[in-house]
Amino acid sequence: MTTEPLKTPLYSLHKELGAKFTPFAGYSMPVQYKGVIEEHQAVREAAGLFDVSHMGEFFFTGPEAERTLNYLTCNDLAKLKDGGAQYSAFTTPSGGIVDDIIIYRFSAENFLVCVNAANRAKDLAWVEENNRFGAEITDKSDDYAQVAIQGPKAREIFFKLVGDDEIRELKPFHFLVRELFGTKVIIARTGYTGEDGFELFIVPHVAAEIWKSLLTCGAQAGIESCGLGARDSLRLEACYPLHGHELSEEITAIESGLGWIVKPDSGEFIGKEVLQAQKQSGAPRALVGFFVSDPGIARHGDLVFSESGEEIGFVTSGTKTPTVGKALGLALVKKEFSKTGTNIFCQVRSRKLKSEIVKKPFYKAEK
Amino acid sequence: MKIPTDLRFTRDHEWIRAEDDSATIGITEFAQDELGEIVFVELPEVGQELQKGETLCVVESTKAASDVYCPVSGKVIEVNSTLSESPDLVNSSPYKEGWMVKLELSDQDELSSLLDADKYEQVVES
Repeated sequence: MTTEPLKTPLYSLHKELGAKFTPFAGYSMPVQYKGVIEEHQAVREAAGLFDVSHMGEFFFTGPEAERTLNYLTCNDLAKLKDGGAQYSAFTTPSGGIVDDIIIYRFSAENFLVCVNAANRAKDLAWVEENNRFGAEITDKSDDYAQVAIQGPKAREIFFKLVGDDEIRELKPFHFLVRELFGTKVIIARTGYTGEDGFELFIVPHVAAEIWKSLLTCGAQAGIESCGLGARDSLRLEACYPLHGHELSEEITAIESGLGWIVKPDSGEFIGKEVLQAQKQSGAPRALVGFFVSDPGIARHGDLVFSESGEEIGFVTSGTKTPTVGKALGLALVKKEFSKTGTNIFCQVRSRKLKSEIVKKPFYKAEK
Repeated sequence: MKIPTDLRFTRDHEWIRAEDDSATIGITEFAQDELGEIVFVELPEVGQELQKGETLCVVESTKAASDVYCPVSGKVIEVNSTLSESPDLVNSSPYKEGWMVKLELSDQDELSSLLDADKYEQVVES
């Protein structure tokens, strides 16, 4: 049986704007409008708009919300204050990652958790199954559209729409709620491109209106509508992991480079034993960045070999990216081959492309 | 989208310009537009013998890698080495400067199974 792909509330607007679509996580999503390279550059130099309405939104509420979420995730939820956002992950008993998430705290009894679209059903089953202390968990994904505005000019463009002092002073990984077009909008200073900006959780029926307003506000600054193509090349340059690539239940949080969100002192949580041990004494594999020096591009799934020909791992993401301008990628390799400067070989079809492990990230925005 | 009438085509969006016993091969305007910005073309070696249907080149766009299939059997006599420096020629000039491979045909009869511009236009429109 084939099912019709789902459409976000912005689908017809994307069509009007000339988007090309691709199936992603059950949705028909815009992959590009004018072109991946142009959209990518717009985000690095000015600003870009992204439809991320396919992402899921769960609410954890009630007196047991905090305790339950802290048990389900590896970061330290006690550090999160009202109005704050925290990057974290649902972890498995073996330290793998069910999903990487952002938790937004309204109060100790009300949290919004943003999950990956492709994992929504799996995540819901997981948190319900492990709802140890009895939080009220609701999947409200269909009640929210989500739009991201990202880039060095994203904030000044957004301030034309909402420009009060508080929003101007909103710090990274914080959020607030404002009224816009007669509806409540959650405005978070978060993103997935390596640039500054906001992610907006909005009521579906005003999504198109907000998108068009932001295009108008940003026209002079050079804002562009951006598809999943640019979203992927931007996040890869910034070395943000993507679930299904760098993150999975078979790769531990430490191996995938997320040791910084593993807080063994945060009380009991699923996978703590393994993650604590790996955090202290190291994991068998490590996620590395590499440049391909031979002509060609390594992609997700390509095997990686050492100079002596030993198979040492695989490529998790790879492409040629616009800002860096080189074929690059991330690979999960055996720890002993993970030092910067190590030569590795990516098997691309019949050829082994010489590559070199380099420092992550590939790109960092100027402050 | 104008389809050149002096070329032949495959359903997989390759074009073929036949001259005597050789054939120049590339991908169509429609194909380059579908693929998006091309950032690398993996070309075969000169002298390589290829059967119809085998992978002739691999075109890497910003999004993915796609195979270009050999539309007719033959031996590679020339490759467009400009593409190693400027793979974007496949986007900007798919029928001219963006050509990929020149083959010496091993079976002229295979050309008759290719589509003409009218038939290819129907493929694109369907």
